[in-house]
Amino acid sequence: MAIDTRTPPPQTSAAEPEETVDPRRRRSWRAGAVIFGILKWALLVGFAMLFLYPLVWLLAASLKPRGQVFDNRLIPLTFQPENYVKVWDELPLLAWVGNSLLIAILAAGFVTISSSLVAWGFAHFRFPGRNILFGVVLATMMLPGAVTLVPQYLIWNNLGLVGTNVPLWGMNLFGSAFYIFLQRQFFLGLPREIFEAARVDGVSQWGMFWRMVFPLSIPSFIIVFLFEFQASWNNLQAALIYLNAGSAEGYTVPLGIASAMTKYSPTNGGHGDYQYVMVAALVVTLPMLLLFAFGQRYFVEGVATQGRKG
Amino acid sequence: MATMPHPDSREDHDRAPLPNKDVQDMSVDSDVAADAVAAEGSGRKRRVKKVRVKQEYNRREVLTAYAFISPWIIGFLVFTAGAMIYSLVISFSRYQLATGAMRPIGLANYEGLFQDPKVMTSLGNTLFYAVLAVPLEITFALFLALLLDRVTRGAGVFRTLYYLPKMTPAVATAAVFFLLLNGNQGAINKGLAAIGIQGPQWLLDPNWVKPSIVIMTLWGVSGTMVIFLAALKNVPRDLYEVAQIDGAGPVRRFFSITLPMISGALFFNIIVLTIAALQTFDQAYLLFYRDQVQGASDASLFYAVYLFQQAFRQFNFGFAAAMAWLIFVIIMVISLVQVKLGNRFVYYENER
Repeated sequence: MAIDTRTPPPQTSAAEPEETVDPRRRRSWRAGAVIFGILKWALLVGFAMLFLYPLVWLLAASLKPRGQVFDNRLIPLTFQPENYVKVWDELPLLAWVGNSLLIAILAAGFVTISSSLVAWGFAHFRFPGRNILFGVVLATMMLPGAVTLVPQYLIWNNLGLVGTNVPLWGMNLFGSAFYIFLQRQFFLGLPREIFEAARVDGVSQWGMFWRMVFPLSIPSFIIVFLFEFQASWNNLQAALIYLNAGSAEGYTVPLGIASAMTKYSPTNGGHGDYQYVMVAALVVTLPMLLLFAFGQRYFVEGVATQGRKG
Repeated sequence: MATMPHPDSREDHDRAPLPNKDVQDMSVDSDVAADAVAAEGSGRKRRVKKVRVKQEYNRREVLTAYAFISPWIIGFLVFTAGAMIYSLVISFSRYQLATGAMRPIGLANYEGLFQDPKVMTSLGNTLFYAVLAVPLEITFALFLALLLDRVTRGAGVFRTLYYLPKMTPAVATAAVFFLLLNGNQGAINKGLAAIGIQGPQWLLDPNWVKPSIVIMTLWGVSGTMVIFLAALKNVPRDLYEVAQIDGAGPVRRFFSITLPMISGALFFNIIVLTIAALQTFDQAYLLFYRDQVQGASDASLFYAVYLFQQAFRQFNFGFAAAMAWLIFVIIMVISLVQVKLGNRFVYYENER
């Protein structure tokens, strides 16, 4: 199941039903099609605006002075780009972005490698208990995170690693069920013969994985990396649990934004300087939008594969 | 898949809930099992004893395979299976974080679940939210997918625009909607006022707290949409043409062709979204509980938020573990019911 072959080939043998429909019906059908076409485009554009509005609003609000945040103009009446400088001074944004970036790269890198190795083990080899073990992999995908939340915290606590960022990427060394499943699907689509030929030529199993499987499967490796990068970048709960005791310098971006929302909230003695929160929100969103600009195809393919049947 | 499981043998070959061919095939993966099923299919009610054929494994290959999957095995034993057993033990104990001492207290934590009104409130809130959110998400995502499926020019551009909210981190989404949903000055109520509707105090009125979170969720529904879109692309176009010749209108075509053909994706999305809805945390926490100031009464107290508070604010680990097992059982029961119901309606192409 290679990425590029997933879209079905165009139907060349399209029947032409118009031939059999009488001309009067055909004309009315065409009039209906025009109305339907207009409606369709109106809806498409309407929804596109609806989906874009909060993002454009975010950008606009981040440039406004305090009193105008709520005026809902998409082009600010008064531009106040100093907001960005002010936030830079008031919040350790750079440290948050740095922490998040480091954690996301480690988390994504480790999970990509470990899940791929495991997936290759399940896809390529025959060994006793394979189907049962893979069934267990799939079963863990359904396991609600709440069940292991407390014991995992206690495990990290016993290791003395609470307060460090290790728990935020440590478990990724052991693979993750969804990515194992995704990668196995991809590996099963690779032609078996070339690996058998390589074995005959004396290539080691390890060498085969790195020199053949990896280059042939770069798209799926990218999918796994990008997915986990995004998940790690957005992860609030783990940061709350494992980093909260530390100083603000050690926060990740989601935790930082949560603290900024509190800091500027009037109920908490702040002045309602929401334009600063908007600046911070934009700063965390932009890297994701950039990532999407480069890896769009992979994100969409990855999601689509998730719900795909045979 | 050449052989077909006998209808009576369904129970023996419970399908994993993922609508994927490989998953379906898993239970009858080896030739031996397939033969057994085929024999079973030929009219005998009693289960045929599986023929034990001694599988020949290459010792080296088996060892290499276990080496490849060893990271998962270690992780599973420690962080999943081990953690679950640990969790079960904790749920029957009172745990002292300072000393790490555990005192067994029997069922007290579980009894506590039913005595703490907040557990039931948060459970009720969460179930109510799921019942509200999941059908709306499914309908909206399917509608968008059908719309996008009909576009020939600029499909990529629209798909990208629709997908952008999914790329927006939950914290940023919450921060933006915190202001958009403001009852007095927020854009949503100003928009409603423009068409003569007096909008509610979204984030303050207990009745509107959950709809507020639904609105935020609907904004990011594009992941679900993409799965529908992929399923729609797989529906053979000639089916529609044949139906059209037979005089089936668009509505009839949708219910008789589209819906059955994408039923696999539909049930997958329903199950995944239900599980996600029952675990909603980020939005509720960010909007109402981030500064430990009580939000809009207990209307915004979601189960995952209360569990988090119990575990990592009150450090009642035993109680939190018991809470986790309760939601685990609830999620499993709901998923199981959905899968059982789904199996009646889902059409799998490769299972005729």
